[in-house]
Amino acid sequence: MAVENLCVDLAPGETLCIVGESGSGKSLTARALMGLLPAPHVRVSKGSINFCGEDLIQASERRLREIRGSEISMIFQEPMTALNPVMTIGTQIDEIFRYHVAMPAKERRQRAIQLLEDVQLPDPEKIVSAYPHELSGGQRQRAMIAMALSLEPKIIIADEPTTALDVTTQAQILKLISDMQALHKTGVLFITHDFGVVADIADRVAVMQNGRVVETGSVDEVLNRPEHDYTKKLISSVPSLIPRPPRTRSADVVLAVQNVQKTFGDGKSFFGFGKPNRVVHAVKNVSLELCRGETLGVVGESGSGKSTLARCIIRLLENDSGKIMLDGINLCDLNRKEMRPWRAKIQMIFQDPYASLNPRVKVGQIIAQGPMIQGANKKEAEARTRELLEIVGLDERAFNRYPHEFSGGQRQRIGIARALALDPEILVADEPVSALDVSIQAQILKLLDEIRERMNLSMVFITHDLRVAAQVCDRLAVMRYGEIVETGVTGQIFNAPQHSYTRDLLAAVPGQKWDR
Amino acid sequence: MNSFWNRFSRNKSAVLGLFILGLVVFMASIAGLIYPDDPFLYSRFPLSGPGVNGFLLGSDSIGRDVASGIAHGAKTSLLIGLIATLAAVFIGVIFGAFAGYYGGLVDDVLMRITEVFQTIPSFVFAILLVAIMKPSIESVVIAITVVSWPAVARLVRGEFLALKNREFVQACHTLGMGDVRIMMAEILPNCLSPIIVIGSLMVATAILIESGLAFLGLGDPNVMSWGFQISDGRSMLRVAWWICTFPGIAILITVLAINLVGEGLNDALNPRLRERN
Repeated sequence: MAVENLCVDLAPGETLCIVGESGSGKSLTARALMGLLPAPHVRVSKGSINFCGEDLIQASERRLREIRGSEISMIFQEPMTALNPVMTIGTQIDEIFRYHVAMPAKERRQRAIQLLEDVQLPDPEKIVSAYPHELSGGQRQRAMIAMALSLEPKIIIADEPTTALDVTTQAQILKLISDMQALHKTGVLFITHDFGVVADIADRVAVMQNGRVVETGSVDEVLNRPEHDYTKKLISSVPSLIPRPPRTRSADVVLAVQNVQKTFGDGKSFFGFGKPNRVVHAVKNVSLELCRGETLGVVGESGSGKSTLARCIIRLLENDSGKIMLDGINLCDLNRKEMRPWRAKIQMIFQDPYASLNPRVKVGQIIAQGPMIQGANKKEAEARTRELLEIVGLDERAFNRYPHEFSGGQRQRIGIARALALDPEILVADEPVSALDVSIQAQILKLLDEIRERMNLSMVFITHDLRVAAQVCDRLAVMRYGEIVETGVTGQIFNAPQHSYTRDLLAAVPGQKWDR
Repeated sequence: MNSFWNRFSRNKSAVLGLFILGLVVFMASIAGLIYPDDPFLYSRFPLSGPGVNGFLLGSDSIGRDVASGIAHGAKTSLLIGLIATLAAVFIGVIFGAFAGYYGGLVDDVLMRITEVFQTIPSFVFAILLVAIMKPSIESVVIAITVVSWPAVARLVRGEFLALKNREFVQACHTLGMGDVRIMMAEILPNCLSPIIVIGSLMVATAILIESGLAFLGLGDPNVMSWGFQISDGRSMLRVAWWICTFPGIAILITVLAINLVGEGLNDALNPRLRERN
């Protein structure tokens, strides 16, 4: 039973947010409302969906088709997969009109351009004849919203529409949805896992866990005076935007990144034929310093170059110029063989817990192979592995299990254990909690904190989530378009940002009035 | 292992194929017991029909027992098919792994070599090789290996290209792991499924090539083979149909069984198909 005993209602002009972690059944609920469940395996077995006096479960397929798009419409999470890649935006909007109303072609095109203007897309004439892959993520999502609004539906169901977008784009899209809602008096059912977004846009909230609604109420009631334990746990896991007080900073610089540059593509075409290769200046002249025992955060949106920088630091990518100084040695000078003993000093924690562990290798082997490569014998490596499994909070029996037997949070713990196996001085964490649910995220951040204290590690923490950065990082470096625009102590950056981009970034974080 | 068998047995024809293949293997293994005499031994009853004169499936123009030939021929076909396929997979994996993992110049060179072998029509190439090397079991196996490995190399190269940028491989780089170890111990176990599938289908192709070579008289003259039997009987097809037909049916059934098993393995091992269920 994926969803059980679900009771929610939505009034015109109101925004209801359904919040829950992965597996809570929120997406299934949204699809059930539209009649989009993958039958015959998944279906509504009991209950009714009352839409303006009509029961949608009893409605015929034909009636559902009439309703979809014109009275209830949906905005999906991933605009790239929700838009047809071989049809232009104009054609796709056109489809909606052609199916539901009788309108001559010229008028349809006018309406399409008007819609694109309403959603504040620049140059609507050009967008109408553009293909989805030619637009950015934010533009695609706006096009989807335009399609959803085209026939002025009574209800919009938005299934995590901003999760895949940058925080500044997210702020714009949320404002757009609420503007449209005020204009058309639409009811919005907004599904999300982000409490900040809920705080900003919701009128009412329903919290789901394992297929059941555990709490509903007005946004003020649920966020500020939660009653159910699960809601309380979720809300307490959301990192606060108030940066934690700075710790004393040691003067030792353990890692110095100096003028690192990395460019992809050489701008040449294939022997003079065709268009030249696209040149991407991923990292432009970046310099950083990491002191012993501190956590340096690198924050930025997608495309800012932070992941590329992380991979250059850990030498998975060769930077084009610049130095990476560790213990007085420039790592860029070392060839692969010379680098091997230095690998033990600096290790990485990867982002995706599902892709960073080899599915065919047992967990014990995954953790032990690091020390064995560095010369430890089998017995020593095994003993160290068992010790590490305990440190990261996993059962000893995990040694003989395969990664697929573990959850996302547990896999990330295994990844952390692997990184610690070589006893490094520096950890580079590339968005280590971005792929995890918010309650698991809190546990992993706590684990990282404990480990850092215990082993006196220095950490470079890459993230796009400013809440996490506020709680975890002592100092921050803000990156945009491959450059560092501002660095400083976390508290200073949050309270008195100097650069305009930093100000924009901080202003765009959802849920600030809620101040959690 | 249990779940693998569950998935495999969902395809009924695959289970049937496995059963038939099992029978063929059984027959090949007891050939020496049920037909202890040399299959080339001639007798005084040439051109006997099936069931006549004590010959289960008849005898040919000089009185050799067709059934005995089929039983002994099974051994030849299966053995050649298996050994040639193993060798081809081995070479193909090495080429594909190095080409896919290293990319750049190594990839270019290895793939150009592979293409040279791929552009020559395989059966014609096999004939050429066997003719040069003098027909024998060894030369037949070598010829089949040489014409079969490019397909495996291409497949493995594709898999390695896809897997080498995965995060778990990058994690191995950060641990300081050497290239060969990453290729063989980390990436290769993750692409075993398509290799097994292509290998099983390759056994069928190998048997067909071997039969074709034997039919043309390029097989090992001292070893009984189904292709040899068909070649022997083709001029007498209208007078004594049983000499060609039964070996032909034997080839058909064996190749069909292997193909069914190969498809069943594909359904059971292919992760993308699995997600649909």
